[in-house]
Amino acid sequence: MTAKETIVSATNGETHAAPSSPAQRAALEFGKAWTYAPAPEAADHVRIDPRYELFIGGKWVAPSSGKYFDTVSPSTEQKLSEVAEANERDVDLAVKAARNAYEKYWSKLSGIERGKYVYRIARVIQEKARELAIVETMDGGKPIKESRDVDLPLVAAHFFYYAGWADKLAYAFPGRSPRPLGVAGQVIPWNFPLLMAAWKLAPALAAGNTCVLKPAETTPLTALLLAKIIEECDLPPGVVNIVTGAGATGAAVVAHPDVDKVAFTGSTDVGKRIQKALSGTKKKLTLELGGKAANIVFADAPLDQAVEGIISGIYFNQGHVCCAGSRLLVEEGAFEPLLQKLRDRMQTLRVGDPLDKNTDVGAINSKMQLDKIRELVDAGEREGAERFSAPCELPTRGYWFAPTLFTGVSQSHRIAREEIFGPVLAVMTFRTPDEAIEKANNTMYGLSAGVWTDKGSKSFWVSQRLRAGVVWANTYNKFDPSSPFGGYKESGFGREGGRQGLLPYLEVD
Amino acid sequence: MAAEGGNGKGAVGPSGVRTYPDFSAPTVDKVMVEERAASLGKRSIKKEAKVAGLLLSIAMMDLTTLEGKDSPGKVTQLCQKAMRPHASPEVPPCAAICVYPKLVPVAKRALAGSSVKVASVATAFPSGLSALDVKLDDVRRAVAWGADEIDMVIDRGALLAGEKTRIFDEIAATKEACGQAHLKVILETGELGTYDLVREASQIAMLAGADFIKTSTGKVTPAATPAVTLVMLEAIRDFFYATGKRIGMKPAGGIRTAKQALHYLVLVKETLGDAWLTPDLFRLGASTLLNDVLMQLEKERTGAYQSGDYFSKD
Repeated sequence: MTAKETIVSATNGETHAAPSSPAQRAALEFGKAWTYAPAPEAADHVRIDPRYELFIGGKWVAPSSGKYFDTVSPSTEQKLSEVAEANERDVDLAVKAARNAYEKYWSKLSGIERGKYVYRIARVIQEKARELAIVETMDGGKPIKESRDVDLPLVAAHFFYYAGWADKLAYAFPGRSPRPLGVAGQVIPWNFPLLMAAWKLAPALAAGNTCVLKPAETTPLTALLLAKIIEECDLPPGVVNIVTGAGATGAAVVAHPDVDKVAFTGSTDVGKRIQKALSGTKKKLTLELGGKAANIVFADAPLDQAVEGIISGIYFNQGHVCCAGSRLLVEEGAFEPLLQKLRDRMQTLRVGDPLDKNTDVGAINSKMQLDKIRELVDAGEREGAERFSAPCELPTRGYWFAPTLFTGVSQSHRIAREEIFGPVLAVMTFRTPDEAIEKANNTMYGLSAGVWTDKGSKSFWVSQRLRAGVVWANTYNKFDPSSPFGGYKESGFGREGGRQGLLPYLEVD
Repeated sequence: MAAEGGNGKGAVGPSGVRTYPDFSAPTVDKVMVEERAASLGKRSIKKEAKVAGLLLSIAMMDLTTLEGKDSPGKVTQLCQKAMRPHASPEVPPCAAICVYPKLVPVAKRALAGSSVKVASVATAFPSGLSALDVKLDDVRRAVAWGADEIDMVIDRGALLAGEKTRIFDEIAATKEACGQAHLKVILETGELGTYDLVREASQIAMLAGADFIKTSTGKVTPAATPAVTLVMLEAIRDFFYATGKRIGMKPAGGIRTAKQALHYLVLVKETLGDAWLTPDLFRLGASTLLNDVLMQLEKERTGAYQSGDYFSKD
């Protein structure tokens, strides 16, 4: 991986001779003057079974095909466990178990009783947060700092939040007699494995539905540990069923005729296929798909904090974030100082062992994803953008990609249009607020955006014109269970989180 | 404004109008800067990194006593502690002793032949609310008595009243009065109210000739915080980008534990990098921190916490 140091040009496409100001000569060094010793989170107390079956009807069931697949740690390439591969017959069993549980138990419980179960799940998750965070990091490659401080607290918070709604649905939608739909089929991605399971299960259960959940094939472990927690919480059998497998398993969940509602989070390609498959059925659908968010920095922004927002926007979770701020739009007057700060900040990012408590950027989730990132980065270089990669040493085993940014990017470049889903930032410039808005909206996606300015009126004016489901002002990647999340355009439809997140799981008058 | 006064330090241009450098500084977002500062407090500093960091923090310490009851006896004891904080040979001496001007000769005598510098607060410390002539006289006397470093206070009332050029002029005049002595400019951030003003005051101080900028007198709460220190480190970074000059930083007040000291070192390491990880460019102003650092060092060496009575209280 060659990191090419480049001279910044103030406008797209043109290069200027570098002025030899003190600013250009002054360089900060982030080296070895005082280094942190390794601080690995102890993982020896965490028990991962050598093999996991399917969780159907409250029991652990062997897959009818007898097939299992390996789940590996992307930071070591070592096998962690093997997991059952569910086929159509297994999925059918799971849906039947969910239907049975819906009719026999779950729909007969009062909201207050349902809420108690959901609260119980939230509490046990909190108790086991450390273990779950470690497994999330081992299976998915994300830094323990994030799984410990972001993922797990949000997972518990989602269950707590929706537990509170369970007996108050009539107040959430007054006069519209909300009723559960029945069986929800839910397919979730690998970037926030347990958090996405929480986003799906918590509102569905609180609203009175039963669930068949299919975790991603590269990160099934925490969903399976969640199944054990659900077992421990003594939920009626079949209320939550977890079927592991790859794309075919997910397709079977989505296509099953007795599923009333489909919720999918993942790529836009798969989302489109699901929408096609469901056309002409009565199934309700919500899709939370890709993104190519613009992070807009005005010259009057608090620049040093904007740098932090840019860093967390694109390098948080290795950029495997659908709402990642993958396009940086900078007002021309702020371009040079901002990029100087940004490059220096990138030097301090600590890339490596995700279990080390000081790691900022962990491993790329899979070989497949790493190949995709490399392909798009190569395309960026071929199309003439200038690459800067953080000068970090990458481990020899596992899947890694150094935090990278491109300057001299045009709106037409692939790296400005396609979702890379990796730690790669495309930097572009603008001159006026109108131009910033036009460029920000010039994408097939519309999941999120960021606005950085010291002027309150400007942040409101701009955010009202951005066609994105979430707009963060002077911050980025902030989540709360009470705040709805979802997309415009090809980023999907439907909202998760908040009161709005109940609606996809309810029938209302 | 002060520019019209006899001590104006701004350059007089051809039109006869005094002009000043650009004091404007980027704005600061409170939520994000506090979040970033707190996140750097979560670095896990263990084993050899911890020992190295703790030893470095001793070498960067301005061991301070600024009480009305300070006496030659007390200051002499503190000087002994600064020169040899602990019996272990690997523990370095502190960077400086920080005292009131009248006690500078005492400290100078006690520290003779050692590497420990004498820093003196001056300029009508801690309020700075005296006539400029009085404040400059305070500085000249402290320097004449042997102070190697002067910790001045700015007139916060004037800054809050918008008299930026007065602050600039007073700092520039103080710098002149310091002669060879290094100048640390105390902003007393706990009285400035916003991070924006802290950032601007840092910019004014550096432009006016500060060698160091310092958070607090220790007489006002809040004193040093990680967030306000980060804001000032970022101001230093911008000044370095613009001029190539390295200005030092000194958080002071309320730093009592080894864990806090390491947090500040992390802030420096990840904001300004290697060049600032030296007593020449970073100091910790503290009166009670040293023994906690020593206790942690002994814990690393022996594996157990020692009683407080194993460490001299000076």
